[in-house]
Amino acid sequence: MSTTATTSGAPTRPRAVPAPVRVAGGRVRDDLRAIRMVWKRELIRFGRNRLRIITALVQPVLFLFVLGTGLSSLVSRGIPTSGGVNFKTFMFPGVVAMTVLFTAIFSAVSIVWDREFGFLREMLVAPVRRGALVAGKCAGGATVATLQTLIMLALAGLVDVPYSPLLLLTLAGEMLLAAVTITALGTALASRMAQVESFQVVMQFVVLPLFFLSGALFPVQGLPAWLGVLTRLDPLAYIVDPMRRAVFAHVHTTPQIAKVFGATLTWGSWHLPVGLELGISAAFGAVMLAVAVVAFSRTD
Amino acid sequence: MNRAPATRLVDATGGPSGNGDRASHAIEVHQLARRFGEVEAVRGVSFEVEAGETFGFLGPNGAGKSTTISMLCTLLRPTSGSARVAGFDVVTQQAEVRKRIGLVFQDTTLDDYLTAAENLRFHAELYGVPRLQAAERLHDVLEMVGLWERRDGLVRTFSGGMKRRLEIARGLLHSPRVLFLDEPTVGLDPQTRAHIWGYIEELRQREAITMFLTTHYMDEAEHCDRIAIIDEGQIVVIDTPEALKASVGRDRVQLQTPDPDAAITALQDRFGLEATMSEGEVTVYVAGGEEFVPRLFSELRVPISAVSIARPTLDDVFMNYTGRTIRDAEASASERMAGSVWMRAARRR
Repeated sequence: MSTTATTSGAPTRPRAVPAPVRVAGGRVRDDLRAIRMVWKRELIRFGRNRLRIITALVQPVLFLFVLGTGLSSLVSRGIPTSGGVNFKTFMFPGVVAMTVLFTAIFSAVSIVWDREFGFLREMLVAPVRRGALVAGKCAGGATVATLQTLIMLALAGLVDVPYSPLLLLTLAGEMLLAAVTITALGTALASRMAQVESFQVVMQFVVLPLFFLSGALFPVQGLPAWLGVLTRLDPLAYIVDPMRRAVFAHVHTTPQIAKVFGATLTWGSWHLPVGLELGISAAFGAVMLAVAVVAFSRTD
Repeated sequence: MNRAPATRLVDATGGPSGNGDRASHAIEVHQLARRFGEVEAVRGVSFEVEAGETFGFLGPNGAGKSTTISMLCTLLRPTSGSARVAGFDVVTQQAEVRKRIGLVFQDTTLDDYLTAAENLRFHAELYGVPRLQAAERLHDVLEMVGLWERRDGLVRTFSGGMKRRLEIARGLLHSPRVLFLDEPTVGLDPQTRAHIWGYIEELRQREAITMFLTTHYMDEAEHCDRIAIIDEGQIVVIDTPEALKASVGRDRVQLQTPDPDAAITALQDRFGLEATMSEGEVTVYVAGGEEFVPRLFSELRVPISAVSIARPTLDDVFMNYTGRTIRDAEASASERMAGSVWMRAARRR
């Protein structure tokens, strides 16, 4: 095959002439191949960066075991009848959501690194739909974030969360949804970012507010009105709440504690069903995905 | 070119019938222009590149070379004008163009954290190279640039020259009709530059591929079949390197003398020639340099320690058409660009 490539030029050459290949492109199958490859690249890069895997664990571990322990002792003093409630149990789903949030945003914003170091151009000039590139990137970022958070999930036993298969499966599923949604948000943000320095801006103005308003660190019931409203505008709140519900459904505790810490998200006095909460997250993710696809489909 | 039809890509998915692969011109550009805010980076260039030709864009940094390449590669939208690459419009038929072009960018676009082979596999998947052929093709192109043994090395550990070779291999992986090379040798040492040109020469003989390249090195433009000299966003002249040099018509005579001022005055008085100082030597352009030198010795009456005659180079051509050297042009171009945030933002993309 490699001998019939060209008809011009001298017949005898020291090295083999690369045989021309036929390029496809434009079919659904081609887009799927592209999605798979972009996804795979994210996994290869994740696997090769062990330091990043360790580093990404430091923050949630500090939150859970240092802040969590500190707040636990405070809470047990504040609620005399709580009988040694483990506040870390309450924080666990929040910290899991936090791990998803930070890892997923970081993965998505790596597009800005790709832009800075040129690799994005290699992708943008390829004969595939931009939507395929965005989909691959989101799938990759979501997978990486889910894998990273599974390590956190392994620590459940240390904060009195039982290793129930049903609970772990539920949490893993919700993590995956959160990861997809947040990666889509990060990709949409990254589409308009030209420099790596902008990452700081995203951290301060998007990621941290999302995290603090999500109810990851404190119950969102009984808050001052302004804060109550802000928490309900935070898409992440609709992921933290189902995760917490799942945890409290498997933890044996007093009704009083369950009332304070296991309280579910409400609109007014209406308790949102889990399905709706997950639906809101998915819808938000879908909108962000659409924004990202449109943004990347534009030519300057 | 004269490829057997069986080996040429036939677009199975349809595509606008026939107007692509049979066009005689690999690239057709008509009044192409692009503006970034206030700066007119490209001001209406028109040219055609034949299939199989190696065509060079020669000009100082900031002349609009990279902007033109970006438009031809569908990465940048023209402000006005039109261009067709491999027979397809770069604005309305982007996907068709992208399938048929390969790119080697000015700065590296490899993933440092992947191996050489992984970078190529990524490319093969994105370009839909059939899996059965991909492995063989990957071997062939890596072998060609001498990186087959290093295929499993992380690109991070590669030298600048190896990265550039890998990019050339990647640009060829999907058998493009047209290969774009934006400053393929910039930032490389002379030996590696010579190597890169070796590959490019080999390619154009073996693959019969159309190549469009930009350079601001005069000596490198000599490798092209035809060159367009571009300055301040406009094409000044297009021709073969030989014809361009011949058009200058005069040889460059340089003399070393203990008394350059007297020599310059004497050249003016006795021969009516405008001489200038260049690189510490008195330089004068004159038709028929060989015949001029004997007269110089007998009539100048200023001591001469050495004389050299040079046929016109592309430097002289550039000087002849723009009235300044390419170095002067680069200095003023960088001034022009410094004020433009748009330009910097665009370069980052």
